[in-house]
Amino acid sequence: MSSKTINLTLKVWRQNRKNPAGDLETYQANDISTDMSFLEMIDVVNEQLTEQGIEPIAFDHDCREGICGMCGAVVNGRAHGHMPETTLCQLHMRHFKDGNTIVIEPWRATAFPVVKDLVVDRGALDKIIQAGGYISVNAGGAQDGNTIPVPKENAEKAFNAAACIGCGACVAACPNASAMLFTGAKISHLALLPQGKPGAKRRALSMVRAMDELGFGNCSNEAECEAECPKGISITEIARMNREFIKAAFS
Amino acid sequence: MTLESKIPSGPVHEKWDRHRFELKLVNPANKKKFDIIVVGTGLAGASAAATLAELGYNVKNFCIQDSPRRAHSIAAQGGINAAKNYANDGDSIWRLFYDTVKGGDFRAREANVYRLAQLSVNIIDQCVAQGVPFAREYGGLLDNRSFGGAQVSRTFYAKGQTGQQLLLGAYSALMRQVSAGKVEIFPRREMLDVVLADGRARGIVTRNLVTGELESYSAHAVVLATGGYGNVYFLSTNAMSSNVSASYRCYKKGAYFANPCFTQIHPTCIPVHGTYQSKLTLMSESLRNDGRVWVPKEAGDKRPPEQIPESERDYYLERKYPSFGNLVPRDVASRNAKDQCDQGKGVGETGLAVYLDFADAIARDGREAIAAKYGNLFEMYEKITGEDPYVTPMKIYPAVHYTMGGLWVDYNLMTTIDGLFALGESNFSDHGSNRLGASALMQGLADGYFIIPYTIGGYLAGTRLPDVDASAPQFKEAEAKIREQVDRLLSIRGKRTVMDFHRSLGKIMWDHCGIARDEQGLEKARQMIAELREEFWENVNVPGDAADFNQALENAGRVADFMEFGELMVKDALDRKESCGCHFNTAYQTEDHEALRDDENYCNVSAWEYTGPDSDPVLHTEPLTFENVELTQRSYK
Repeated sequence: MSSKTINLTLKVWRQNRKNPAGDLETYQANDISTDMSFLEMIDVVNEQLTEQGIEPIAFDHDCREGICGMCGAVVNGRAHGHMPETTLCQLHMRHFKDGNTIVIEPWRATAFPVVKDLVVDRGALDKIIQAGGYISVNAGGAQDGNTIPVPKENAEKAFNAAACIGCGACVAACPNASAMLFTGAKISHLALLPQGKPGAKRRALSMVRAMDELGFGNCSNEAECEAECPKGISITEIARMNREFIKAAFS
Repeated sequence: MTLESKIPSGPVHEKWDRHRFELKLVNPANKKKFDIIVVGTGLAGASAAATLAELGYNVKNFCIQDSPRRAHSIAAQGGINAAKNYANDGDSIWRLFYDTVKGGDFRAREANVYRLAQLSVNIIDQCVAQGVPFAREYGGLLDNRSFGGAQVSRTFYAKGQTGQQLLLGAYSALMRQVSAGKVEIFPRREMLDVVLADGRARGIVTRNLVTGELESYSAHAVVLATGGYGNVYFLSTNAMSSNVSASYRCYKKGAYFANPCFTQIHPTCIPVHGTYQSKLTLMSESLRNDGRVWVPKEAGDKRPPEQIPESERDYYLERKYPSFGNLVPRDVASRNAKDQCDQGKGVGETGLAVYLDFADAIARDGREAIAAKYGNLFEMYEKITGEDPYVTPMKIYPAVHYTMGGLWVDYNLMTTIDGLFALGESNFSDHGSNRLGASALMQGLADGYFIIPYTIGGYLAGTRLPDVDASAPQFKEAEAKIREQVDRLLSIRGKRTVMDFHRSLGKIMWDHCGIARDEQGLEKARQMIAELREEFWENVNVPGDAADFNQALENAGRVADFMEFGELMVKDALDRKESCGCHFNTAYQTEDHEALRDDENYCNVSAWEYTGPDSDPVLHTEPLTFENVELTQRSYK
C-alpha cells in the first residue's frame, strides 16, 4: 500500500433539467491518491466543485464494496472502467496514470433514461424480476431445508448465476442494450434448483416477454456483457435461458 | 409512561406459542381493508412487506435506493445462524438462546432471544424453498460453519455473500407480490416524518429524491425497517445512505430510543488509509475460523511480517483465550486489537492494524481449499489494498459495523407510539450490548417473515381505527415543517461542505464514544458536538435546489439528525455507569481488562424520551430479568 498522488483531467457527462440534452464538462482532479477508489476521487472533485459554487456531479453509489449494484458509469468507454470483474466503487486510482484524461458517462440504453448527470433509472430491471424471477412460495409451511438435496455442482452453478448484482453494466456494454445476461442469470439460478422446476416454464416465457416489452434489445453474440460484468457472470447463462425458453415455448 | 414489554407469562419455551394463540386474528376477508406502510427493503423490510402482502394486506413499501434490492443487508458476508444441529455437534434452540444472551452480555430480553432461536430453524427452511443457493456438501445437504462467539457449527452461508443471497430471496418474494398487485414499491423516497392521528401512527411523509417533492401517505399501521445508525461515526462499514433520520424523527414524535450507546465495532475490517476515505470495508469474521491474529512481540517492530520469526510473534487471542482463541466475540476481539495498537505493537503504515494470517491454514488445507471458502473476500481485499493475502498476511483493524441500540419495542415489536412497529436493526431488542456473528440476518428475517405478520394482526384486530387520509391537517403540518428545514439548509450557503461536517462529527464520536469510553471524554464530546452543531447551522454549504435530485441536500438532512443523535448516544453512554459488551467504560473493568457489569444497578434497558429541542431527554428503564441463563461474568478463556 505505497501511496502516491496523480493529476487527472476529467470529462464528465452533465445533464439536468436546465440542460436536458446534456454535454461533457471538463474538470481537473489534482493530487489524487492512488489508494483512493474511483468514487472517492469523485467525492474529492465534488467537494472542490461545491466550494467553487458549482453543483456537484450526481452519481449513484451506496455500499461501496461492490455488492449493492447501485454504482456504475462508463469510464473511457468501458462499463465500470477497464479492470476485469470490478465495480466502479472497487476500481482504484492505482490503475490510472498521472496526466490521464478520463471520460465519465452514464449507462446508455433506451430502457435506462438519465435522471441526472451519471444517474439513470434502472426500474426496468425490477420489472423483469416482477415478471417471474421468483419461486412462488409463501412464508410459513416450508419443509425442512435438508429434505431438498441439491447436488453441490448445481448449487454452485446456481450460486454463480445468482451472484448478479443488477447493476446494469451488461445492458450498458451491449451494442443492442440487451438485458439478456441479467435475465439469463435469474432464469438459470432458479432453473438449476429443484425448487425452481415447477414454475420454470411460466418463468422463462414471462421474463423474456417482459424484457422485450421494456425496450431492451436482442442478443447478437458480441459477449460484451460477459466482458464487463463485475461479477463474472458467463454468457452460458444466456444459452441456458434460450434453452429454457425454447423448452417452454414448444411444450 | 411506563414501559410495558408485554412479555407473555409462562416458561420461556412456551411464551411465543401461547402468545400466538392469544393474539387476535384479522378475518382473511378483512385483511384487504387494511393498508400497511413498510419503510425499508432490507431483510426485515422486504420480508415483512412480502409476507404481509401474502396474507392479504395492502402494502406500500418505501426505499431510499433506486431498487429494493440494494438495501444494505446485501453486504452481509458471513452467514446466518440457525439451531438446526445438522452438524450433530450439540447445538439446540436452547444453546443458541444461551449463546445469544451470554454473547449480548446480559442486556437483551430472554423472551425475545428465545423466540429468535426458535424461529431460526424456520428461516432456513423458508430461504431454501425460495431458492437461496446456500453452500452444500457433496451429498447435496446444507453445509455449516462456525462463527465468532460459538463453539458449534450452526452458520449457514453462501460463500461470502450470504446477505446478498438472503436479500435477493426476500426481494424476489416482494417482487412476486408487486406483480400480484398487493405491494406498491416507492423507490428513491426518503421518509422524513411519521404522522400521528389520535396518538396512533397513521402515515408518513417522504421526499421524492428525484423530483424533491414532499409526498404524504396514510395507512392503518407503519412498520419501520430502516436499519442502524453506524454512520454517525462517518467511517463505518455501513452503506453511504444508511442513516438514523427515519428512526430519529419517530423518536421526536414520541417513540423511545433504547440503548443508543450500544454500537458494535467489528474486529476484522480493512484499516483506514487516508483522510479522503469515505467508508470502511468489512472482511467477514468467518476469516477468523482459519486466520490467526498476531502482532510482533516487541513494540515498534517495523519489519515486514515475513521477516518476523515465529518466536517473535504474539498470537494474543490464542494466548489469552485458549478455549475460544481467534473466535472470541466481536467486542473482545476489537478491544484486544486496540490494546495491542495502544501498546505500540500495531502494524502497517499507520500502526493501527494487526495481522490476520492464513499461512498455516494454506499449508494445512492447501490454497485451493482456502480459496473455495474465502476466495471472494481475498479478491476484495486485494482490490482495495493492492496486496495479495495468499502471500502477505491481511492487515485488519476494528470498525463500526452494527448498532444494537434502536427504537424501543415491546414483545410485539411495537414502539411506544401505537401502530408504529420497528424491525431488524432499527429496533433494539435481541442482541443486548453485543451482537454475535451471523445473528443480524437471523433477526431481520425472523422479525419480517415470522413475527410481525402475527403481531400486527393482533394490533389491527384489537384497535378501532377511523379513516385518516393523506390530506388530513397532520400531514400538511409535517410537510410544512420539513419544507422549512429544507429551505433553511439551502439558505445558509456557508463555507464548509456537508461531508466535512460529517467527518468532524465522526471523529468526535470515534475518539470519545468508540471502542473504549471514559467520563471525561464523553463530557468533552458532548460539548464538542453542541459546538459543531451550532456551526453546522451557520456555516454549512448545501448547493442546488429543493425541487431537484440533490444528493448534498439529502445528506445535509441526515447529518443534521446525526448531530442531534450523537449527543443522545453520548448521554446514554455517560448515564450507563458500567461496562457491558461493546460499551466499555475504562473505569469499569475486571483485572483482566474485560467489561465489568453492574447488575445491581444497570441490568436494564435505557429508553430515552424526547422532550423538545431545548430540554434534556427523559430516561425510562425497563428492568431485565434472567430466569433461564444465570447472570455471570462472561469468560471466553
